[in-house]
Amino acid sequence: MHETFWGYRRENGRVGVRNHVVILPVDDLSNAACEAVANNIKGTLAIPHPYGRLQFGADLDLHFRTLIGAGSNPNVAAVVVIGIEDGWTKKIVDAIAKTGKPVTGFGIELHGDHDTILRASKAAKEYLQWATEKHRVECALSDLWVSTKCGESDTTSGCGANPTVGDAFDKLYDAGCTLVFGETSEITGGESIVAARCRNDTVRAEFMRVFDRYQEVINRHKTSDLSDSQPTKGNIAGGLTTIEEKALGNIQKIGKKCIVDGVLDKAEVPSGPGLWFMDSSSAAAEMVTLCAASGYVVHFFPTGQGNVIGNAILPVIKICANPRTVRTMSEHVDVDTSGLLQREITMSDAGDKLIDMMFRTANGRFTAAEALGHREFVLTRLYESA
Amino acid sequence: MIHCVLHDPRDSVAVVVVEGVTAGQKLTGLILDENRTIELDCRQDIPLGHKVALQDMAVGDTVVKYGVDIGKVVQPIKKGAHAHVHNIKTKRW
Repeated sequence: MHETFWGYRRENGRVGVRNHVVILPVDDLSNAACEAVANNIKGTLAIPHPYGRLQFGADLDLHFRTLIGAGSNPNVAAVVVIGIEDGWTKKIVDAIAKTGKPVTGFGIELHGDHDTILRASKAAKEYLQWATEKHRVECALSDLWVSTKCGESDTTSGCGANPTVGDAFDKLYDAGCTLVFGETSEITGGESIVAARCRNDTVRAEFMRVFDRYQEVINRHKTSDLSDSQPTKGNIAGGLTTIEEKALGNIQKIGKKCIVDGVLDKAEVPSGPGLWFMDSSSAAAEMVTLCAASGYVVHFFPTGQGNVIGNAILPVIKICANPRTVRTMSEHVDVDTSGLLQREITMSDAGDKLIDMMFRTANGRFTAAEALGHREFVLTRLYESA
Repeated sequence: MIHCVLHDPRDSVAVVVVEGVTAGQKLTGLILDENRTIELDCRQDIPLGHKVALQDMAVGDTVVKYGVDIGKVVQPIKKGAHAHVHNIKTKRW
């Protein structure tokens, strides 16, 4: 395995693998201005989303944490923040500024869209020209933060694509990387296996607390098999029968050796290297967005039936072991491990193949999702707005 | 050719990993954890990704995959038959 990759070392010491200048809306009302700025200044990236008004309490905290985390992610060189008013805009700017990266904010009220777009475009152009002079430098593998979440899983996910991630995670864990998995509902049936892998009783108790909390949410709102959501229609079409079967396939992603070192809240930044469990939705775009907000810079996404997801900030590497999906949806697959199911390659070969693609992606190669323009950015909501 | 795979030798179902498996076909199954194969007669057409039963199972029996409980039998299943949502359900929720 290589020991180094080429990344962008940011002002706070963290390392990114992309060099985005992001135009970040505080709220739904500011999407139009952000998209206009990104249209004016070629090479910048607007990340529109539908929320940010009339939220309160823990739900608002999560909104801020996700936007601040996305702006602070080391894959982002600089940020222009636009909000309908100055107060919440400044709150996000001030928090991102703590990373040391260039960031500035614009409130639309008292100016209107035209004047805001003009001033924000001038700032975005300066940031873009500054960012495009940054060079990649050689960085230790242990500087890489890697997240995982699977989607449109089928039974081949549990036999091939997910254990490929598991083999890679076992190797990256030993190399000192910072790793994360999550999907709280999708651990159901495998929770005792995850609990047994926790570092100590404190971590185990926290894992079981967040697991049990979400089981209570399910029990309060449940319908048969969660209204075809766990497993999903796609999962069932792919041969997955029960949530337990899906969960046991899901947790193949944490390999056979690595230890669960701690539990994160949604969009929380981990305090050190190791494998973390994030209490999170199992919906693909929500979970990957939370990983981006926690500071992860590369994502492993195993799929069976063929999920097409990408992310605005994180390059999403797709792994697939289903020979039909590899044939019919080849433009979405970065790593084909279907040979595992015919004994043509070993699990360790498959893990090495993924790690090789991880290095190539970290060094700058676009993933299938990036090339195809997938820029999903989906905020998790905890409850309805006021 | 490997037609189906199972994880643990205790598993009562295996996953079909090729397209076009049909009733009457003799299947080769790979036990992933032991890297050895088994043979079985297929009773029904089974799509890629769907499961084939490795033993006769009665209503109420526990279905085992990965060596672990993945649910209960709700309609009798014959060895070599298609095992899915029509004859297996979760024990949760």
